[in-house]
Amino acid sequence: MKIKTISRSADDYVPVKSTQESQLPRNLDPALHPFERAREYTKALNATKLERMFAKPFVGQLGYGHRDGVYVIAKNYHVLNKLATASADGIIKYWNMSTREEICSYKAHYGLVTGLCVSPQHLSKHSKDNYMLSCGDDRTVKLWSANTDDFSGNENDKLDSGKGLLKTFHGEYAFQGLDHHREKSNFVTGGAEIQLWDTSRTKPLTNLSWGADNVTSVKFNQNETDILASTGSDNSIVLYDLRTNSPTQKFVQRMRTNAICWNPMEAYNFAVANEDHNAYYYDMRNLSRALHVYKDHVSAVMDVDFSPTGEEIVTGSYDKTIRIFNVKHGHSREIYHTKRMQHVFQVKYTMDSKYIVSGSDDGNVRLWRASAWERSSVKTTREKNKLEYDEKLKERFKNMPEIKRISRHRHVPKVIKKAQEIKKVELDSLKRRETNERKTRKDMPFVPERKKQIVGVVHKYDGKRKMNTDNDNDDDN
Amino acid sequence: MSKSRSTGNQSKKDGNTSSKFERGHNGTHKSQYLKTKDKKLKAGLKRIDEKYKQAVSSAAATEYLLPEAQGYLEAENEMEKTFRIRQSEIKDAVDVTTAAKALDLKLKEFGPYSINYSRNGTHLLICGRKGHVASMDWRKGDLRAEMYLNETCQTATYLQSEQYFAVAQKKYTFIYDHEGVELHRLKQHIEVKHMEFLPYHYLLATAGQTGWLKYQDVSTGQLVAELRTKLGPTSAMAQNPWNAVVHLGHANGTVTLWAPNMPTPLVRLLSARGPITSIAIDRQGYYMATTGADKSMKIWDIRNFRELHSIENLPTPGSNVAISDTGLLAVTRGPHVTLWKDALRSSKSSRPYFGSSGFSDRNTPYMSHLFPGNRVNNIQFVPFEDLIGVGHENGVTNLIVPGAGEANYDALEINPFETAKQRQEQEVRTLLNKLPADSIALDPNVIGTVDNRASAVRLNAKALAEITTEKENLSRSNKDIPDVKPDVKGKNSGLRSFLRKKTQNVIDERKIRVQKQLEKEKSARHRKEMIKRGEIDEEHKDLVSEALNRFG
Repeated sequence: MKIKTISRSADDYVPVKSTQESQLPRNLDPALHPFERAREYTKALNATKLERMFAKPFVGQLGYGHRDGVYVIAKNYHVLNKLATASADGIIKYWNMSTREEICSYKAHYGLVTGLCVSPQHLSKHSKDNYMLSCGDDRTVKLWSANTDDFSGNENDKLDSGKGLLKTFHGEYAFQGLDHHREKSNFVTGGAEIQLWDTSRTKPLTNLSWGADNVTSVKFNQNETDILASTGSDNSIVLYDLRTNSPTQKFVQRMRTNAICWNPMEAYNFAVANEDHNAYYYDMRNLSRALHVYKDHVSAVMDVDFSPTGEEIVTGSYDKTIRIFNVKHGHSREIYHTKRMQHVFQVKYTMDSKYIVSGSDDGNVRLWRASAWERSSVKTTREKNKLEYDEKLKERFKNMPEIKRISRHRHVPKVIKKAQEIKKVELDSLKRRETNERKTRKDMPFVPERKKQIVGVVHKYDGKRKMNTDNDNDDDN
Repeated sequence: MSKSRSTGNQSKKDGNTSSKFERGHNGTHKSQYLKTKDKKLKAGLKRIDEKYKQAVSSAAATEYLLPEAQGYLEAENEMEKTFRIRQSEIKDAVDVTTAAKALDLKLKEFGPYSINYSRNGTHLLICGRKGHVASMDWRKGDLRAEMYLNETCQTATYLQSEQYFAVAQKKYTFIYDHEGVELHRLKQHIEVKHMEFLPYHYLLATAGQTGWLKYQDVSTGQLVAELRTKLGPTSAMAQNPWNAVVHLGHANGTVTLWAPNMPTPLVRLLSARGPITSIAIDRQGYYMATTGADKSMKIWDIRNFRELHSIENLPTPGSNVAISDTGLLAVTRGPHVTLWKDALRSSKSSRPYFGSSGFSDRNTPYMSHLFPGNRVNNIQFVPFEDLIGVGHENGVTNLIVPGAGEANYDALEINPFETAKQRQEQEVRTLLNKLPADSIALDPNVIGTVDNRASAVRLNAKALAEITTEKENLSRSNKDIPDVKPDVKGKNSGLRSFLRKKTQNVIDERKIRVQKQLEKEKSARHRKEMIKRGEIDEEHKDLVSEALNRFG
């Protein structure tokens, strides 16, 4: 007889010392794991419930905010925790986001500050300095050093004093919108016309205007650095190329565009925030249709910003809410609001894509989590594994009715809920009307949802622009 | 010869390994996603499919890392038969630790004993019919609780861990903790004979003399379901560990399958011509074995409810049957315990026989044992050990059965070597992942799948509208209530009895209609009588009431 029985030596399985980890042998044979799927589903359900329990999106506000509405926020693309904001009373503040305290605060302009950007560090004299550019209704663009606290006039509305102000550029009209080139020392300003400047010169280099009577915002592409886009008050969006010093394309939408943001990972794509309650996602190679339409807001979308990963966009709206969209989905995955937050004019992702900063009419600068249930604390390996596993489970069972219901549930303010209902009725009736009309008119063209907002065709630039500023500027220096 | 056979086994095993880890997929679904036109969907499905394949192959690759090997008992030559080998010989041949596990408790006073091993096999619960209940860590010889209850105890079972156990006593069922302190008296569970604990649902299922199957949630204390079998006292009970369906055996030879959310059995099987004495199901829910008082034993494939083997002529009726994790079949008849290997296959050569009768391809017993002058009361394979526990009239005995146990346990599922801390954490984890009682169904993987029939089965708008209008028409024409019959006497009226049957304090639309009809009936009867008595003639019309009628 040949015989063998299972005999496990306890020494192999039971730890000798209490400090030792006990052996946890695994056997992946499905026979040892009954109810695998049902248990995973239960785990996914629990994980979804926990996610909603931990969803506390609001982190806090920065300092005591501004005294007037915050209409401009500028990211520092090179430093994780710094941020500049400007308000309607002409005050600019530079913030440290990790302590949520202001680094410096000064009166920069008479009246509204309309544009602000943190210029790249390598262009400043000392490599650790940060320079800021601001423009306002008072027809000036000012260059500031953000690293000094010597803005001796900031309390009593005295301007142009102290060491903080480095340079002032004077223009002929009120400026609207400002952005700095990522590498070169150029910046562009909007306003009655769009102008290209050099920080070392006092007069603009070029006037890039193409038709629009007023440029409301400008934005440089951060990857393809010589490309920029502007929005005009004639509802147009114009793309420019600095290599040819000229505009390239232009198209017109039904309503005004409030903001533009380039996709940081796909240089040719950009999202725009539109007055018609939607945000649109365009490919600059084919502007005849939007890649995506982001619907959900019930009032004008005031600002849009991409997460640095290019996976998500955040939008702020006049309906006093912030929404986060996945770039590939047309409806928002998240809505943020507070009782006190007024019309949101600015939303920006932080450079680590973990937080969102919003500036609103009530003068507060708020800091939000990009994913409401995540905490940035240091985690043990077990915690990390658990969270990753839960994430995967939620992803796997996301279409189960119960899980879908729980994960999508949000408290929405009554006003917005009501507005959503009204909007739905309106849209439905429009749709119904169109289908009714289509029944009698066979030749009625079908316009896809992604093309509806575009008026006319995309104009390609053919060189017939008035060029009068090119030569003038050279003389001034 | 043995070498060649072992290599043969090896290659066969290799072929099986990856298929063992496949969960219901078998490549047929591939064509399904290739048919879709949606490119995004197609790419997504393809990606999932590749991930799945990778998971299967990597899971199969971990087979080599398993630390333990399964036990075996093999004959050296043609003449030697493994079922002739005695337990004493086995004890001499195996190592000391295994021999020490061959427990033999002589308890003559309170027998016969029924036994229950905890899920991880560390603890043994014994229950003497005359009221002796004891819980022990049997390998260490550590008695945890011992009680003399002074009343009949039918059976006992551990709950989620060895910390709690339930005992079915003469009338009620009680729950005790690890020290034997009475925690609960389950007064709804009366005269229980059989108990099963469903570990993933935290349900205690009981059945017995009353013919009711009751489910108690032991985590919340709720009585989840009470199901009336309508088949008299339950004679046998087993749970299917794969889908938590409870199998009941009855006196008329049927086996019924129950889930708590269904008032009727999911399946009814006729498995014997006399009372069913015992039921056993393998751990993956593939096979069921039953024994009947008519000396029959049947093996079923319960995936498609096909009978694999039917043995009609056991020498004496089987009293207990059990299936081990590795697929050994154990049957007891009076004092005999007999085990077969490979009995759960459909081929003719795997049909269990007691002797070869001179044929070469007969499945003769793998092992057998006799308790002289004794009767086996109940048997259970010890989880993760090569042992079978036998409760009999004179105590409890562990028989060594090489190759009966699962050699490699999964510590994150059930851990025989768990510490107190691990046990506590595991309990919290299992409670969090407790499955709802009403999710028990024949197919445990039904959740998260797409019902392909749905569009065909579901009512479309048109059909639904038809059904609702049909119902409306019924009520409009008073077809849903009894007819007006002026001929019948008042008390016998159908309408009246209908009213009687309805709940008195509920007034609904139908009841109002019935009352109105009853009124009508009454006046018609009255008129008829008046005609009969000659007070009015046939054509008489009450003009006033007729004029008022149109307001009624």
